[in-house]
Amino acid sequence: MVEGDIQLAPDGRLRHCLTTEGMGGERITEILDLAESFAGVNDKTIKKVPLLRGHTVVNLFFESSTRTRSTFELAAKRLSADVLNIDVQRSATSKGESLLDTIANLQAMQCDLFVMRHPESGASHLVARHVDDDVHVINAGDGLHAHPTQALLDVFTMRRHKPDLSERSVAIVGDLRHSRVARSEIHALRALGVGEIRAIAPRTLLPVDLEALGVRVYEDIDAGLADVDIVVMLRLQRERMEHALLPSSSEYFAGWGLTPERLARARPDAIVMHPGPTNRGVEIDSRVADGPQSVILEQVTNGIAIRMAVMALVTGTAPQREGR
Amino acid sequence: MTALRITGGRVIDPGSGHDAEADVWIDAGRIAAIGAAPASFPSHERIDAAGCIVCPGLVDLSARLREPGERHKGTIASESRAAIAGGVTTVCCPPDTAPVVDAPATVELIRQRAIEADQARVYPIGALTAGLDGQYLAPMRALARAGCPALGQADRDVADSHVLRSALAYAATIDRPVILPACTPSLGHGCAHEGTIASGLGLPGIPVAAETTAVARIIALVADTGARVHIGRLSSAAAVDLLARAKADGLPVSADVAAHQLELTESALTGFDARAHLRPPLRSAGDRDALREAVAAGVIDAICSDHRPHEPDAKRRPFEASDPGLSGLETLLGLVLARVAAGDCDLVTALARVTAGPARILDLDLGHLRPDAPADLCIFDPDTETAVEPDRFVSRGHDTPLAGHTLPGRVRTVLVDGRIRSD
Repeated sequence: MVEGDIQLAPDGRLRHCLTTEGMGGERITEILDLAESFAGVNDKTIKKVPLLRGHTVVNLFFESSTRTRSTFELAAKRLSADVLNIDVQRSATSKGESLLDTIANLQAMQCDLFVMRHPESGASHLVARHVDDDVHVINAGDGLHAHPTQALLDVFTMRRHKPDLSERSVAIVGDLRHSRVARSEIHALRALGVGEIRAIAPRTLLPVDLEALGVRVYEDIDAGLADVDIVVMLRLQRERMEHALLPSSSEYFAGWGLTPERLARARPDAIVMHPGPTNRGVEIDSRVADGPQSVILEQVTNGIAIRMAVMALVTGTAPQREGR
Repeated sequence: MTALRITGGRVIDPGSGHDAEADVWIDAGRIAAIGAAPASFPSHERIDAAGCIVCPGLVDLSARLREPGERHKGTIASESRAAIAGGVTTVCCPPDTAPVVDAPATVELIRQRAIEADQARVYPIGALTAGLDGQYLAPMRALARAGCPALGQADRDVADSHVLRSALAYAATIDRPVILPACTPSLGHGCAHEGTIASGLGLPGIPVAAETTAVARIIALVADTGARVHIGRLSSAAAVDLLARAKADGLPVSADVAAHQLELTESALTGFDARAHLRPPLRSAGDRDALREAVAAGVIDAICSDHRPHEPDAKRRPFEASDPGLSGLETLLGLVLARVAAGDCDLVTALARVTAGPARILDLDLGHLRPDAPADLCIFDPDTETAVEPDRFVSRGHDTPLAGHTLPGRVRTVLVDGRIRSD
């Protein structure tokens, strides 16, 4: 069994969105193209299309989130779905209910689509294996494993700025070891045939065997940023210091923080991205985060269109593409 | 008790190297003779073993029976019955029950339940330290007298090297072997082999260094104390190298490997299959190949089932939150025979790792077919394949990543003390 197969229906259609691994360049391009058409909806005064009318979307977040949860909620509402937000930290599972029991109960309430974030890697796979055939699961982040919609909105943003992705090089900087965004992004970028993927981090923040995913690893940020077109910064969590992976946040910033001086090593028209939330002065200098090369807020905007596209595709409500 | 004559089978006694068609004569629960009938053999029943292998019953150095303490996962009765179904006549259970096996009364309880179950022999491994906490020595002498063939720590470490050194020296004084796990806990927090698969799945890894650092410390303390130490369930090529060197230096160390480690690799975790959540973790193909070679060469002395039955809910959780372990008693023999079929080693050598090898480590008068030894026998058909169907396991645990595999061999008849326990 290939990792990710479970997200495809027997006819090859995307039934769940669990990971960008094995999704394939064609399917990813379809999502990005569909998101482009939804981006137009979001620019109008009446920001609604009726594709998911009558559907119930459950935002099931076992981990806190502001950006991802809000954009999923907005995306569902702009598709005219009914939306149920469940703060799981304060509900059933804290009373000892198992994940699969929680899902079974929500399914009994005729929910059609679960948007799920969970601290355990593989949690959305587990749920996808146990839901009814007409129920869909979108992974909004599982442990250290995957965050496919973030990766998709990132490559969407990249494609808008650098349409010729196969000619471009992308540097992902920071805590790749604990980043589900980085994992999903690497798979998506590889599927789209991006020119080069680099990872920049001290060895304690690199996953083992990263080269096996087709990534060039740099421990020195100045060398790693040389002539890149896209810089993706990752958030550094405080726990990393507590687990003895780094001495301090100031030492990290001195060694691997993105400053204007370092950014100058990249191509002059390079863009700077960050999945958020940013730690200014830890992984990124404010002058860069707020500077002209930053597209960080644009990523947030694009998140709505991408999530609309993914919801429409997995539920089979997306408008058919011409010529198909 | 009825006398028995087992006829027509290919009798393999790995301890002596005997491998020929012969009759096995059993009287009063013991082996009376192999080959010609002993003088004045009483009236008896016959067991036709034509086309089958007749070998000592398997001796398993590590199988959790879950009792006392976790009867929702299994009981001594249910799991010793599963042992018989797998051709295993002797089961050693680790001391991490609830309560821990650190008092003679608990040893008595387990032995009594096993006698009532009347299936496989059960030997509780006694605790090395009180409560397995690694702080104070358990009453090893009393535990040994109550029937523990060895002392051990199950999966629990003894963090304080002074305590470990002292525990080994004391165990050497009472001449009991010690079984230790090969994992440094501070490196063992993950749930999967630290490698490409775990990286991709975002599962926290257990590096090979978790095993090598533990094995290196054990070897140093064996050299220091002279204690006999058996290292339980090696999983890596690097640890095998350390073991081979220690043995070449003449140190009294031995080791086993869990049978599934000889078959599966980290790739079984693909798709977050919680059934492949095992401890130690399934490692790389290179590690697996080194373990196979070490078994064939005798660097690894024994193959165990590492049987850990679970209730179904234990695996119906996200991978990391699921309980590690599989139900292994009923696939042990098949996995051993699979090594023979693959050409790793001959049948006598392979069977030695589950009979004479483990029995010798614990000084048990078992695992061989010498006259006057207890008649613990496994009769199996080597030419019939068995599909692994966990739903049909005798064990209460029905989880194994081997589900759907086909393994060579089928157990026909199992005897303990000269009495048929199977069928």
